[in-house]
Amino acid sequence: MSDRATRREGASGRVRPAHANVASPASLRGPLVMEADGLFKDFRIGRGKDAVLSAVRDVSFNLYRKAVVALVGESGSGKSTIAKLLAGQEQLTSGEIRLGGSRVEVSGRHDFRAYKREVQMVFQDPFASLNPVHTVRYHIERPVRLHGIAKGRAEVERELVRLVEQVRLTPAQQFLAKYPHELSGGQRQRVAIARALAVQPSVLLADEPVSMLDVSIRLEVLSLLDDLRERFDLAVLYITHDIASARYFADEALVMYAGEIVERGPAEAVTQQPAHPYTQLLVSSAPDPDALGSVLRTGARGLGRQAGSALSTATGCRFSPRCPFADDRCRQEAPPLVRVSADRAAACWRLDVAAPSLVTTHGGGGVEDMAP
Amino acid sequence: MSAVAAQPPAAQPPAALSEKPVLEITGLSVAYRSSGADVKAVERVDLSLHAGEVVGLAGESGSGKSTLAYGACRLLRPPAVITAGSVVYRGRRLGGREVDVLSRTPDELRELRWREIAIVFQSAMNALNPVLRVRDQLLDVVDAHLDLGKDEAHERVASLLDLVAIPRDRLRSYPHELSGGMRQRVMIAMALAVDPEVVIMDEPTTALDVVVQREILSQVVELKERLGFAILFITHDLSLLLELADRVAVMYAGQLVEVASAHDVHYGPAHPYTRGLLNSFPSLRGARRELAGIPGSPPDLRNLPPGCPFLPRCGFATGSCAAIDMSLSPVPGATDPWHVSACPFVTPSTPDVARPRLAGAGAAAGGEPGRASGPVAGGAPS
Repeated sequence: MSDRATRREGASGRVRPAHANVASPASLRGPLVMEADGLFKDFRIGRGKDAVLSAVRDVSFNLYRKAVVALVGESGSGKSTIAKLLAGQEQLTSGEIRLGGSRVEVSGRHDFRAYKREVQMVFQDPFASLNPVHTVRYHIERPVRLHGIAKGRAEVERELVRLVEQVRLTPAQQFLAKYPHELSGGQRQRVAIARALAVQPSVLLADEPVSMLDVSIRLEVLSLLDDLRERFDLAVLYITHDIASARYFADEALVMYAGEIVERGPAEAVTQQPAHPYTQLLVSSAPDPDALGSVLRTGARGLGRQAGSALSTATGCRFSPRCPFADDRCRQEAPPLVRVSADRAAACWRLDVAAPSLVTTHGGGGVEDMAP
Repeated sequence: MSAVAAQPPAAQPPAALSEKPVLEITGLSVAYRSSGADVKAVERVDLSLHAGEVVGLAGESGSGKSTLAYGACRLLRPPAVITAGSVVYRGRRLGGREVDVLSRTPDELRELRWREIAIVFQSAMNALNPVLRVRDQLLDVVDAHLDLGKDEAHERVASLLDLVAIPRDRLRSYPHELSGGMRQRVMIAMALAVDPEVVIMDEPTTALDVVVQREILSQVVELKERLGFAILFITHDLSLLLELADRVAVMYAGQLVEVASAHDVHYGPAHPYTRGLLNSFPSLRGARRELAGIPGSPPDLRNLPPGCPFLPRCGFATGSCAAIDMSLSPVPGATDPWHVSACPFVTPSTPDVARPRLAGAGAAAGGEPGRASGPVAGGAPS
């Protein structure tokens, strides 16, 4: 971890609240497991002093047992970087990750292995995340042996069968003997899930677990994850660009744009009544069968095409170049994440215009700014 | 190759009844030859595309969508062989002449490809040449198919980028300097470079974000309106097709199982597979509904069961399903008179059956460790 533990200041010069003080709807499901507190991650992209890309800026959220928190956003918004930070695969620039209340310090192999026992990850591409020259048995047996989950041949065997059956790959013996190329995409993803669950983790980071799968298969894998979450008290971070699946699968949705959380709240509320203009854009861009041609026929919406800049030098709201509501303040000053209701927050100066109904219901005409 | 067969009644939308389709696929079958049995990737498919129309081809991976489209353009390489059927192209530029695509020589095909029928491939990352500038790749197409002077060709290439709203200074860029959305736009510009009449789009936006996807698709539709080409749009995302396409053809295990207007597919789907697909994607709008999904996995094309290939996964299955011949017949009581389905038993008015629930609300179904009847039990890899 870097020594830059002090919170960075916003473009406005004032300290931005690191934690949106909203009650997470996920907390209703179970006890707190993991906390991400003011995460920053910078990547150097060149020589000069300003050649820094802030992939993740001031991101805070909590994961609770039996709850799914969805991280929604377009590619390049920093979703996967957050997963890598939580998985211990990338070093934080600043901020803190806490697991079970204590700060996570992964410095050696031993630490890393102990950490992996609690926090596991499922990757997007089941074609790349399994080794093509090894059987399913190899992939699942490795974590079982390395972490000492089962000892002795018979016990390991029982454990393997249990793991494979748990992800509904039956008959287990047949699947254990197969190579990845003999499996369909959905089956491979189940193997990846079985491998992640082999160490009986408390946190599962699922990075776009279904986006490479066919639409008809996605639902099966998602409901399997949902089922396992309930049975094993898993805290799940579900990373996706498909906001509709977040509506069905997640308790809380965090919408990311250019490395920042721009909106958070109960998944149903965020998708049905989006507050932030970017969330509104995401929701209106999703295919809408009920529109039956009409919307696409009207041609492009009047939105700018350039993506928000994640360069550290960019000022103002990162969404302002594409935002239909942006004014001068938006272009100069980055908006903090402010509370819109007991369990919702959004980072937008112009919520009164973008989502008037939300603001008037809960703030009596204005949104309350949450100082830390 | 057989002669042009009688037009299937299904293949025409009411509006274009008087006109003959610009691309007409009849009874097309494609097999992948292997030492064992043939893999019947496409079986007796009838599909037609009228001028200015958007036809969506939906189905899961391995259902033969791309093989069908590439077969119709003769882009398949061995071991894929076209075993039966005909493909007729009637472009405006041909002045009423009909071209039998399947019997053309390679030289004759070259005149047809790109100029008349162009393809936008799925992965723009791989379809563009990484060591050539965008301009040179576009120039290549223009030079190969049009007889233009140097200045004229350059002007045309520049105006192609205007068409897809990419600044002209990007002409000097290499593909890796462009974002995914821009690359896909370049692919679209390239497909439209010599003004084709039919554009086949093979999952053109699958790798893109929804926001970019919508921008590109609305641009494509706008261009279609302006330039008047027809689109065969291939995707596994049925929800997208319902919004985009005029007609939707649903493919399963190499066969068409239902063809209807987008409206009918949405509001009155007949085939159980179509219903399953519609019930598979979470909707963003409207009330939350119970998602059922489709249990099981697609069949092994080397060893298709007799009758309906969807039989093992179908909640409506009866004993007679193994004996049907999978020909498309009009759906009784459909709004669209050209609505056809391969299922003779299920109509839009058939109520949904209570099917073995796929743990749609997985939480409730928990605690049953060995749900061995699980979706993939014994399923063949696809």
